[in-house]
Amino acid sequence: MFQIIHKRELNAQTTMLDVKAPAVARRAKPGQFIILRVDENGERIPLTIAGCNQDEGTVKIIFQKVGATTRRLGLLEEGQSILDFVGPLGRESEFGDVAGKRVAVIGGGLGIAIAYPQAAALHALGAKVDMIVGFRSMDLAILMDELQNACTNLIVMTDDGSNGHKGFVTTALEEQLKAGADYQRVIAIGPMPMMRAVCELTRPYGIQTIVSMNPIMIDGTGMCGGCRLTVGGETKFACVDGPEFDGHLVDFDEAMKRSRMYRDQEKISMEKHFCNLTGEAR
Amino acid sequence: MDVTKKHPAREQRPEDRVRNFSEVSLGYDEETALAEAQRCLHCKNSPCMSACPVNVNIPDFIALVKEKKYLEAYDVIRATSALPAICGRVCPQENQCESKCVRGIKGESVGIGRLERFVADYAMDHGAQETDLIPENGVKVAVIGSGPAGLSCAGDLRRRGYAVTVFEALHTPGGVLVYGIPEFRLPKKLVRAEIAKLEKMGVEIRTDTVVGRTVTLDELLEEEGFAAAFIGSGAGLPRFQGIPGENLNGVYSANEFLTRVNLMRAYDFPNSDTPVRCGKRVAVVGGGNVAMDAARCALRLGAEEVSIVYRRSQAEMPARQEEIHHAAEEGVRFCMLTNPVRILGDADGAVQGMECVSMELGEPDASGRRRPVPKAGSEHVLDVDTVIIAIGNSPNPLIRNTTPGLETTRWGGIVVQEETMETSRENVYAGGDAVTGAATVILAMGAGKAAARAIHEKLGKS
Repeated sequence: MFQIIHKRELNAQTTMLDVKAPAVARRAKPGQFIILRVDENGERIPLTIAGCNQDEGTVKIIFQKVGATTRRLGLLEEGQSILDFVGPLGRESEFGDVAGKRVAVIGGGLGIAIAYPQAAALHALGAKVDMIVGFRSMDLAILMDELQNACTNLIVMTDDGSNGHKGFVTTALEEQLKAGADYQRVIAIGPMPMMRAVCELTRPYGIQTIVSMNPIMIDGTGMCGGCRLTVGGETKFACVDGPEFDGHLVDFDEAMKRSRMYRDQEKISMEKHFCNLTGEAR
Repeated sequence: MDVTKKHPAREQRPEDRVRNFSEVSLGYDEETALAEAQRCLHCKNSPCMSACPVNVNIPDFIALVKEKKYLEAYDVIRATSALPAICGRVCPQENQCESKCVRGIKGESVGIGRLERFVADYAMDHGAQETDLIPENGVKVAVIGSGPAGLSCAGDLRRRGYAVTVFEALHTPGGVLVYGIPEFRLPKKLVRAEIAKLEKMGVEIRTDTVVGRTVTLDELLEEEGFAAAFIGSGAGLPRFQGIPGENLNGVYSANEFLTRVNLMRAYDFPNSDTPVRCGKRVAVVGGGNVAMDAARCALRLGAEEVSIVYRRSQAEMPARQEEIHHAAEEGVRFCMLTNPVRILGDADGAVQGMECVSMELGEPDASGRRRPVPKAGSEHVLDVDTVIIAIGNSPNPLIRNTTPGLETTRWGGIVVQEETMETSRENVYAGGDAVTGAATVILAMGAGKAAARAIHEKLGKS
């Protein structure tokens, strides 16, 4: 059992948990993920590690309460426990020599939670980090203080323009690129359409663009192959070959179709666990 | 009863069992077990024993069955086999003990597997006493993987006094016994019971621990004070054919399909959260036991038509005769001499057919089996909405990639010395599918035992 030490609601939909898992915390590196199972009948879901605290032996995860599992996870309070919590899985990010180089880290939606430790790591390595994040509206903004401290230059975009910067993260990235930003690399983490749009923007500039894929998984150790995706014409397993890949080589069309494989079952699962009318847990 | 014939075991009727996940074979009742035991000739040279990878003393345990001393018979089996209730069900006895039975020369062999199962089930129902807790000798051994190889190695080491910790990557111990072999062939409560016995003996099992990720083998040896380690991590990396369409929705590796159904209990969705998408017309590619398991699971999940698609003929199929027979009885179709070339999808990326080519058998290949060759112009499309690829697994690279100096073969199997199962790293042993590639439960158990013996010889001396 893995106890929840600290819980923070980042916004109405997004929750941050610090989970006691010293063995995972000891080895976790940026880019890696964990798999958890809430309870005995629960499914195994992968979540990217958003940070860890060696002294406390805790691992930070951030998730959106959108599915039956994440909503049940969100119902757990400090002091309660998650049944299974395994990791760190996947390969760690490879940053290379970035000291003094300019990089862009782009986060959309929940991806911001994952992009933020990447930005912090790059920043600590001496890179000049432009961080571009997008929210639907400023009411939904999360981690603003953390983001500010993790980069050289923070650009916040909103779909509704509620902070005066209306547009998508790609709008801001395009402006930067057109203004001649000499990015050594771009890291894009968020919903697949966003990552694809970023890749299409950077492709003509030939800027290396790394994306973090989060497909459906079971074991996370290479055993099931459920997380496979096509990268540069070859089949890769996100759990052992990724989760980060060269975004210019990823077949996003296929990956998006695969992510919808259980759409009908997800609805059934939600209806079983939560009331349609009130949203309360059954 | 004809003495040349083996007593049949009771079974659920095919028309009933395709609608449930309960065990197909119901085993012998006492009367039948006694009658079958009478068929054993108690041969002096006991050829059956030498054909058993763990050398169960078969004539002796059957003699005790004849005397109705079932718990004593169980002790005889337990002396060499860590998992009798499991072996009685999933061992390919027809290729092992039963293949050498003298009764088999003129008629059918003694039903050794069925008798083993009867004895094990009897013992489980009648509370067989386990050996007392053996005091720990203070020497720690790490066992990586809690499948058949790891469990038998752990059990044997614990009986010799070692402090044994088993590391399991998944949330439930048992390896292929829980994620691979379906409930209707091996009820999971039996696996849980066998593992509970090991824990009662003092074996510690750490689930949710991926060696190579959560902790490395070297950390176990250098920092956590393990004097030796046994790697029984299995062959867990699914192979695909590399044909177009394999990433369409509705194409599963057998590993994923079976893991969803067995370990995650997708057959009980939505009571269990994990779904599986099993359509109405299912093709299972491959001819081994795993393919049979996948096909029979698909039927039980409500598929209307399930076909085994195999590129050779039925005679070359590696699956056990009994599995093929059970699958056929349940209505699985066999498309032999057929090889997929392409999986077809619709606009949403879902499977809507599989293009195959017919094959004919040519000259024997390296495996000694006649090599299948495509027949020109024989392309045809099977109307399926789900495809399960069951063409084998490769060893998982996690441990070899994180353990410097661990020698592996070209295909990724861990290299060991045949007698001792010791790897290129001192005090690191390996066995089971991680060494051999996909094989059987009992061979993995045999390897686990051999390694336990070698570890004891090495550590006992130093």
